[in-house]
Amino acid sequence: MAIDLTIKVAGEGGEGVISSGDFIMQAATRAGMEVVTFKSFPAEIKGGYALSQVRISDQKILSQGDGFDILVAFNGEAYEVNKPLLTPGTIMVWDGPKGGDFEPEEHDGVQMFAVPMSDIAKNQLKNYIAKNMVAMGAVVELFGLPEDSLKSSIHDKFIKKGQEVVDFNYQAIELGRQWIRDNYPERKVAQAFPASKPQKDVVILEGNQAIAVGAVMAGCRFYGAYPITPATSVGNHLVSLMHHVNGTVYQAEDEISALATVIGASFTGTKSFTATAGPGISLMQELIGLAIMSEVPVVIADIQRGGPSTGMPTKHDQGDLFACSLGSHGDAPRIVLAVADVSDCVYLTIQAFNLAERYQTPVMLLSDASLSIQTEPIPRPDISKVKRVEREFAKAPAEGEHFNRYRITDSGVSPMGAPGIPGTNYAATGLEHAEDSGPRTNIETRNAMTEKRWRKFEGIEDAFTPIEREGEDGDDLGIISWGMTQSVTREAVARLRAQGHKVSALYPKMLWPMPKKQIEAFAGSVKKVVVPEANFQGQFADLIKMRTNVVPIKFNAYRGEPLIPKEIENMALDLLGQTAGAAPKARLAIH
Amino acid sequence: MALPATLNIHVEEPLKPKDYRSDITPTWCPGCGDFGVVGSLAKAYADQKYDPSSVTTVSGIGCSSRLPLWMNSFGIHSCHGRAVPVAVGAHLARPEMPVVVTIGDGDCFSIGGGHIGPPARRNMNMTVIVMDNGTFALTKNQNSPTSRIGLPGSLASGMGNLDEPMNPIELMITYGATFVAQTYSANAKHMGLTINQALSHKGFSFVNVLSPCPTYNKVDTFAYFKPRIHNINEEGEHTDLGNRAAALIKAGELYEHHKREDAPVPVGVYYEVDKPIYSEKVAKVREFYKATDSPRWDDIFDQFKP
Repeated sequence: MAIDLTIKVAGEGGEGVISSGDFIMQAATRAGMEVVTFKSFPAEIKGGYALSQVRISDQKILSQGDGFDILVAFNGEAYEVNKPLLTPGTIMVWDGPKGGDFEPEEHDGVQMFAVPMSDIAKNQLKNYIAKNMVAMGAVVELFGLPEDSLKSSIHDKFIKKGQEVVDFNYQAIELGRQWIRDNYPERKVAQAFPASKPQKDVVILEGNQAIAVGAVMAGCRFYGAYPITPATSVGNHLVSLMHHVNGTVYQAEDEISALATVIGASFTGTKSFTATAGPGISLMQELIGLAIMSEVPVVIADIQRGGPSTGMPTKHDQGDLFACSLGSHGDAPRIVLAVADVSDCVYLTIQAFNLAERYQTPVMLLSDASLSIQTEPIPRPDISKVKRVEREFAKAPAEGEHFNRYRITDSGVSPMGAPGIPGTNYAATGLEHAEDSGPRTNIETRNAMTEKRWRKFEGIEDAFTPIEREGEDGDDLGIISWGMTQSVTREAVARLRAQGHKVSALYPKMLWPMPKKQIEAFAGSVKKVVVPEANFQGQFADLIKMRTNVVPIKFNAYRGEPLIPKEIENMALDLLGQTAGAAPKARLAIH
Repeated sequence: MALPATLNIHVEEPLKPKDYRSDITPTWCPGCGDFGVVGSLAKAYADQKYDPSSVTTVSGIGCSSRLPLWMNSFGIHSCHGRAVPVAVGAHLARPEMPVVVTIGDGDCFSIGGGHIGPPARRNMNMTVIVMDNGTFALTKNQNSPTSRIGLPGSLASGMGNLDEPMNPIELMITYGATFVAQTYSANAKHMGLTINQALSHKGFSFVNVLSPCPTYNKVDTFAYFKPRIHNINEEGEHTDLGNRAAALIKAGELYEHHKREDAPVPVGVYYEVDKPIYSEKVAKVREFYKATDSPRWDDIFDQFKP
């Protein structure tokens, strides 16, 4: 029987909420299950409300889902925040009946299990830190989370600290199990784990880690960045990866410097990369222009967070699309890609490097705060199957010939010189320049060079991977979505189509230059088009309006949380003239 | 074509200074001090026997920052204030390659003021040459961080510059540069010697070149400097170059000539010490971790197994 079970652990940051989720995820993956996690925590280092949610299934999971089936509430705040979501059919495991800081009300149709996790940790284990392990023991006993795979995950995590530490955690698990056996001998829960399956040949990566892995697979050997939430961890993961590949990670003094180092490194022929978030993108705008004008390949990941200004540093948002597509002054063409899931974080990152090298341009790679820490198992990558594009370097010029770096070509791309290739020395410059880099402002040169910079991208829509489309021509509604919202849309569209609704979807990965032909063809094949996205303005919808003949309907959430499938589903039913909220579990937010 | 794993830095047969100049004609005003600098730099590249295809000259924006365009070397004419971090990136990617930054005082100490410290403190093996004319000239005469009090400027008070000039020598010693010197663009011999010393220095070297602007700075002119220039390294005056305290005291006299008519304009090496360079530290880390150009992908992916 197929299972689809979401466990949410919620409580105060720093008391093991996030690590509980990680252990559940590890254990489920070791038991051969598919997993998608969702985490959220405050910008502060200690304290504040944190949650870690793990969705587990024996089928392919499309998104983080609508909500939870099981809530593990570590404290009263976790209970209060999630109270509206305790709908019939859900289950709550809570810190009680003694030792916790709250007493839940009655909720119709909600099964409640009181587990005194704080009390057991403090008084029996003499260490409050074990609270989350006691809770997990209860989860093991209640729902059949496979203890072997949980214990092996715990072992691998703590064995560095010694067998005593491992045994201590095992003991906490056992006390949690024991409590359930003693106090709920007659328990019966609706959903439980199926028998373990053989573990698949997968790797578990979180979004930013996957971007780091994709970068080194693409051949990136220089990373320069400045710390910024939620992008810092791309660099954290790259530090150890670069040790394997003889690459460099450099902590710059600010984001301007970060991109400057990346441009300088790329100039020498090294594939180079930075990752930042909105405030960093704002600071980098001038240097993005330099990379465009001097035609230096760079990849810039923007792990979006709520803006403007400092905004909400740890919260989900898709509000940087304008800044990444249109930012920097002047006529400044570049490529913008957006990742939808952990697999994209690996493979679209590789494509970003390939495009940067092929077109000698900055490539902006958009992710977001939620995806940055979302973990998923993906099939173990096979480096031999990865297609890497290498830079087109110039040949050493013949005796007496001058190397012209900015030679006008049909494709707009000109072979690059690099230190070590004799006679290919040139000056990269942000000034308008002639073919030989000499500064020029005459009309002929200006026109020819501007057109060269734009000509590079003329055929890019055909050269890039065709956009995936779901549904059939003539469908009543077409949804175009980008970034993490794509994953959510996929799940909503699957449900809608299963219900018999004629709904299509288009999932572009390259957002800029605008894939005009495919967007127009898609819009022409359906009765209306809607673009759901996590920003107020409807930024992709506006870009579509600007560059195509399509005028999409906008559907926007800007609250700092991803859209959930149920919202897209209800939106579609509204647009189809159906009654919204027909599905059984109407949970409209993940708090 | 693939790039060589390491660069051949030197030519076997020495080239002439003119071989390091491009055929693009400089756009500087007649009489600009920067002509002397580009000439000396080309000569120094020849003295160092650099292969023009293995050295990178990096600049920002401003009159002096056009310099890489007039050179036959790799060059990056970057954004205003950002030459130093661009050079840092080039250096880190190719640590064996000579990297020389040629910028103005506004670029280095005003808009780019935050960028000069980190590579100096980290003792990266590169050279920064500032052409200091005490004014923003390309934007037609505004005060710069090294403008003297009272110097006219189009955005100044109406009674000239109100601010004391900052001291580049003190700043760079304090930031941790391991070679700090000042020279004068009309003294080709001293400038050539100083730039060569800077290029030969292993570590972060900084040279402030007094390079008069004949168009906008009517005070700090060739005529002003000529009788006042004084070499601090001569006659036993300042010779203990590894003595940081002595160097800072000496640097404190940099603008004495602004206050006293008879005070000299000092040139010479203020500070020079031998310290481990950044790329050697990085190389040790790589050695410890057995970094390789032929990655063991199985090891990389194994660490992510559930």
